[in-house]
Amino acid sequence: MMNALGDPQSLLVLGGSSEIGLATARRLVGSRVETVHLAGRPSPALDAAAAELHALGAQVHVHDFDASAVETHETVLGKIFAEGDVDVVLLAFGVLGDQEQGEREPLAAAAVARVNYLGAVTSGLLCAQALRRQGHGALVVLSSVAGERARRSNFIYGSTKAGLDAFAQGLGDSLHGSGARVMVVRPGFVRTRMTEGLPDAPLATTADSVAEAVVSGLRRGSETVWVPGALRFVMSGLRHLPRPVFRRLPL
Amino acid sequence: MVTNRRTATSCALSAPGLSVAGMEGRLTGWGRTAPTTARLCAPTTAAEAAAAVRAAGERGTLARGLGRSYGDAAQNAGGTVLDMTALARVLALDLERGLVTCEAGVSLDRLMRLLLPFGWFVPVTPGTRYVTVGGAVGADIHGKNHHVSGSFGHHVTRMRLLTAAGEEVELTPGEELFDATTGGMGLTGVILDVTIKLLPVATSLMSVDTERAADLDDLMRRLEATDHRYRYSVAWIDLVARGAATGRAVLTRGDHAAIEELTPRQRRDPLVFRPRSLPPAPRGIPGGLLRTATVGAFNELWYRRAPRDRRGQLQRIGAFFHPLDGVPEWNRVYGPGGFLQYQFVVPYGQEATLRSIVEQLSRHGCPSFLAVLKRFGEGGPGWLSFPMPGWTLALDLPASVPGLGPLLDRLDEQVLAAGGRVYLAKDSRMRPRTLAAMYPRLADFRALRARIDPHGVFTSDLARRLAL
Repeated sequence: MMNALGDPQSLLVLGGSSEIGLATARRLVGSRVETVHLAGRPSPALDAAAAELHALGAQVHVHDFDASAVETHETVLGKIFAEGDVDVVLLAFGVLGDQEQGEREPLAAAAVARVNYLGAVTSGLLCAQALRRQGHGALVVLSSVAGERARRSNFIYGSTKAGLDAFAQGLGDSLHGSGARVMVVRPGFVRTRMTEGLPDAPLATTADSVAEAVVSGLRRGSETVWVPGALRFVMSGLRHLPRPVFRRLPL
Repeated sequence: MVTNRRTATSCALSAPGLSVAGMEGRLTGWGRTAPTTARLCAPTTAAEAAAAVRAAGERGTLARGLGRSYGDAAQNAGGTVLDMTALARVLALDLERGLVTCEAGVSLDRLMRLLLPFGWFVPVTPGTRYVTVGGAVGADIHGKNHHVSGSFGHHVTRMRLLTAAGEEVELTPGEELFDATTGGMGLTGVILDVTIKLLPVATSLMSVDTERAADLDDLMRRLEATDHRYRYSVAWIDLVARGAATGRAVLTRGDHAAIEELTPRQRRDPLVFRPRSLPPAPRGIPGGLLRTATVGAFNELWYRRAPRDRRGQLQRIGAFFHPLDGVPEWNRVYGPGGFLQYQFVVPYGQEATLRSIVEQLSRHGCPSFLAVLKRFGEGGPGWLSFPMPGWTLALDLPASVPGLGPLLDRLDEQVLAAGGRVYLAKDSRMRPRTLAAMYPRLADFRALRARIDPHGVFTSDLARRLAL
């Protein structure tokens, strides 16, 4: 159960080897979390994450979960929720894809959409149902500022996050009054494996800063969290720029 | 706080035999933190309550009274919550021997209004009259007279409990299930009705001695020296004051006034009880109103206006026992973030721990107005009952105080190391391990529940959080 100070006791990370997911889990295990479910594709990174959280004192359960295999989600998630209440679900999976390759090979673009959007739709809906049955819990969705306004340089990824963001907001409203809730997190450029080799964007942040924002958002009961917070105002400005101007920006 | 109250009641009215598919409601404790949703039902008879228990789904069911426990004790996320306030008949009244038998949903306020004119008073009252008898037993509440009279359960001569199988059992003191139920936080079953031994009083006024203590040591000296002379005793501590004034306090101690103490005019109607209250605190009060500066100023004012030493002042019952009941919904002043209450007890001989905790709270800058210090007497037989001989301190804190979680975790450890414990009816944030170490009979409690309620019909958010 979430306690009065907003500290959960159990956590499910979808995309269990995600760096933001692991950074968040690390912080939550430091306060009250005793049970962690890591759901992801088997990989050394997933095993390492499990080992680290176990060493911090958590009971860790690893589940084979493939975000793009949407037909399997019901079985995998059903099994996890049958093991007990989950106070916080962190939907942390996602791929950046290669914009140029995607423009050349539309199926590569569809694969990005399949993970980032379709995978989130099925797993998000299934988790929301389970949280509604529990009568409590938070679904934290890692969106991105890239979804706020699609840019020429990465509109494939950006559009999947735009879809995900809209989906998560609507899902949050559908859960209103159910005891469960959705928190949308919109980080800017985060330095992780996913963005390795890319040049830093302005207001770049780290997985740990995003984790900190997630934890404090859970404590405050926020519905939307920007990381860093200043991005909220930057994006609010960018959103209203006229197209011809926006197009010419070196973004 | 209950939203959808009206629909909750209609679930009982619209369905003969009770429909459990009632409306959903969002519930919190008095601290207004950690809301969860449950289906609400308001049984009006024991049979309706039994039907609801038998129909409980896999998320179980739980009785709830007036929602005055601070944390998640009266919530059951995803399950059913029985609003017991509709099961509120007074069944028998023995004015010769001073015994009342009433259903669990009857409030202490109602009992006082009913019984005072006949010269009887409830044996134990907490800081609010708005608790139900069922809740009073479930939390085994205590009052300002604990050092003399013990906790509420000590005055219960029998009760009827609805078990997980939907059967009614009659319980008397000394039985295992009776002791597990007093202080059992509603997890052994639904308390249906209770017989209580009352206290005879000659008047409805209190004769009160007030004195100021300059600091914590002064306060503890005064309490130790003269507490035994008073039936009721409590000290209000200023936890914002620092330095030499750390732990300064106002002691109010007294007893029910004898008829001779009343003025001729008061003697004409010595048992009158007409508690007054202000309009309720408004909705929508923003958070952050209660900070160290505002609370410090309030505490200062309140300390200064208390008399240095006044004897035999006559006070009304409401003013002496339940000052906060004068402002309905006062919990709203903490704003949307809510607040929590921390109450612990450390045994006599562990005064150093108490002193250290008061200093830590004061140093942390906790905007806590009016913390309460009191000396407990002997503990009762309740397995999870809170009181034990020692010093108990209770304080309210806004949930938004920075660093509050780690601070209270550290205090938990110190209380545990001193052989003390934290009160379940107030808790909203403890660790399961710490709690288990504080209550040595928790293992017996778990074993009993596993035996009489193998499917976990009775459960609560508190029980889930702390693995009770």
